Amino acid sequence: METKFRALAYVLGDNIDTDQIIPAQYLVYNPAVPEEYRMFGRYALSGVPRDRAGLPSGGVPFVRDGEYSTDYQVVIAGKNFGCGSSREHAPIALNAAGVKAVIAESYARIFFRNAVNGGYLVPLETDERLIEAVRTGDLVEVDIDGCRLVNLATGQTFRLKPLGDVRPIIEAGGLFRYAERSGLLKR
Amino acid sequence: MGMTITEKILARASGKPAVQPGENVWVNVDVLMTHDVCGPGTIGVFKQHFGPDARVWDRTKVVIIPDHYIFTRDEKARRNIEILREFVREQQLPYYYDVGTERYKGVCHIALPEEGHTRPGEVLLGTDSHTCTAGAFGEFATGIGNTDAGFVLGTGKLWLKVPPTLRFIFTGDPPAWLMAKDLILAVIGRIGCDGATYMAMEFTGEAVFGLGKIAAEFAGQPISDRPVGFSPAIEERMTLCNMVIEAGGKNGVIAPDEVTEQFVRERTQAAGTRTDFEPVHNDPDARFAAEYRFDVRTLEPMVARPHSPEHAVPVSDAVGEPLDRAYIGSCTGGKVLDLIAAAKVLRGRSVAIPTFIVPATTEIERAMDRIRLNGQTLREIFESSGCIIGPPSCGACLGGPLDTLGRLNEPLRCISSTNRNFPGRMGHKEAQVFLASPLTVAASAVAGRIADPRDVLN
Repeated sequence: METKFRALAYVLGDNIDTDQIIPAQYLVYNPAVPEEYRMFGRYALSGVPRDRAGLPSGGVPFVRDGEYSTDYQVVIAGKNFGCGSSREHAPIALNAAGVKAVIAESYARIFFRNAVNGGYLVPLETDERLIEAVRTGDLVEVDIDGCRLVNLATGQTFRLKPLGDVRPIIEAGGLFRYAERSGLLKR
Repeated sequence: MGMTITEKILARASGKPAVQPGENVWVNVDVLMTHDVCGPGTIGVFKQHFGPDARVWDRTKVVIIPDHYIFTRDEKARRNIEILREFVREQQLPYYYDVGTERYKGVCHIALPEEGHTRPGEVLLGTDSHTCTAGAFGEFATGIGNTDAGFVLGTGKLWLKVPPTLRFIFTGDPPAWLMAKDLILAVIGRIGCDGATYMAMEFTGEAVFGLGKIAAEFAGQPISDRPVGFSPAIEERMTLCNMVIEAGGKNGVIAPDEVTEQFVRERTQAAGTRTDFEPVHNDPDARFAAEYRFDVRTLEPMVARPHSPEHAVPVSDAVGEPLDRAYIGSCTGGKVLDLIAAAKVLRGRSVAIPTFIVPATTEIERAMDRIRLNGQTLREIFESSGCIIGPPSCGACLGGPLDTLGRLNEPLRCISSTNRNFPGRMGHKEAQVFLASPLTVAASAVAGRIADPRDVLN
């Protein structure tokens, strides 16, 4: 797990559900096939209505037309990120696009679990209303061990919550490696 | 200390005398369900981690129900069905309901109980968020992703955090026009679409056990070629539990009673699946994180405005709002009772806007030809009112491939008996979706704008 990194931020609102993260028509691709896995990156966050895509201005495509990865490796969102459908294609889409971490005020349970157990990205939480303090395109520094996020565009620093009891799973790289390391899975 | 139904099921499944909310436990899974959208990825995870020749942990506990992208020309969707078929052949799985055969069912959450895969006291995991529907049978049922499901396929186990339980108590005698959809929308409107995140939601009270009056005269009637009777009460309980995920809930649960046990006995016997089960109930000193009380005599039919189920308002606040389309279908709104309710409104009337009827399963589709209101079958009523009837599947509830019948390919205003109205859920991301009971959807289809079903029924 990379514990400290700098990246451009992409900012979203509250209740971003998994249909917005990866619309249902793209679920025909099979994430177990590498060429098809890439396609989820191409369409990541393509279901977000235009006026809410990349706050505060909106109208910012997450992935440019025809490309497979994003310029924004940190997604910042409000409450209840990843609600709705249980599709694992949602954290897969963000991972395929190159996202390293999502920072939200809260998560829907299944998205959080899929992100952790699949080892796709680090889902961080904060009590701060970050979506009003960071603008899409700001360069931010995420410091997981230091539990903080610095907006290098403004110099402001924000507290992040510690990862808590899912940290060992994230550090192991997902459920399978965690279960092996802890002796729960012998193969 | 006493335990709730959910805590007791998870204690038993993890081999512990007791568990507490917040505790992480490894549970033994009784049934794992997957479908055509998440099955290929799940199979991929299983093969990657357990090897190309690995066997599933118990072939009688794996249920595969293709239901999402069935009636489409999309090549990848068809390829995904082929992946399921190949896996079923290779693993010799007995519970597969293949497309294009007599076994084909339709929506997994309705097919599971119809085919005898739901039993009180068990743990059911499925790669679909609406797996929580089966809490209606007094079991622990929740949605998981491909990685978790791949892990379960190989081991039969999964770690779960024991959720605290929120209790929703509905008092009063429910009027016939008040449907489970109205109750659950009222709940989500009150606690919000993350109000139950990480929690179990138990539904209880005399009104919960008194639901289904709109179709009470058909209770016990055979609706298919099987010796099983129609249960309006069970269908309404499924609708309640189906939408706990729309409040962020981990699982929904309703205490099993004689109605549950009879339903499960009939269905498991008819399907030839395991018939033994051990119902569990709350201990008298069980602890709940919170209790919410609703007097159903104060409730109205509910409508959830775009773009969230939490935007639920009484129908009187929305009456008259213009619509372009109506849709009745899905696991939450395309069951027998839902279609009977819609037919009671549509009988002798014509729809004013394009209206789609999509039965959840093939058994429900057959019920449309068996059940009659004043001599007319449900199908005849829908056809003569001008509805378009689609084949059983998830249909346009989740948009799906562009050629899905009823999909919102344009930014239309649609009222729907489905369960989600986040942006883009039914197709176009600028479309406006209103959620309501099948009675309210049908009344609105006739009016061409949002209408109160009580005005039609009275």
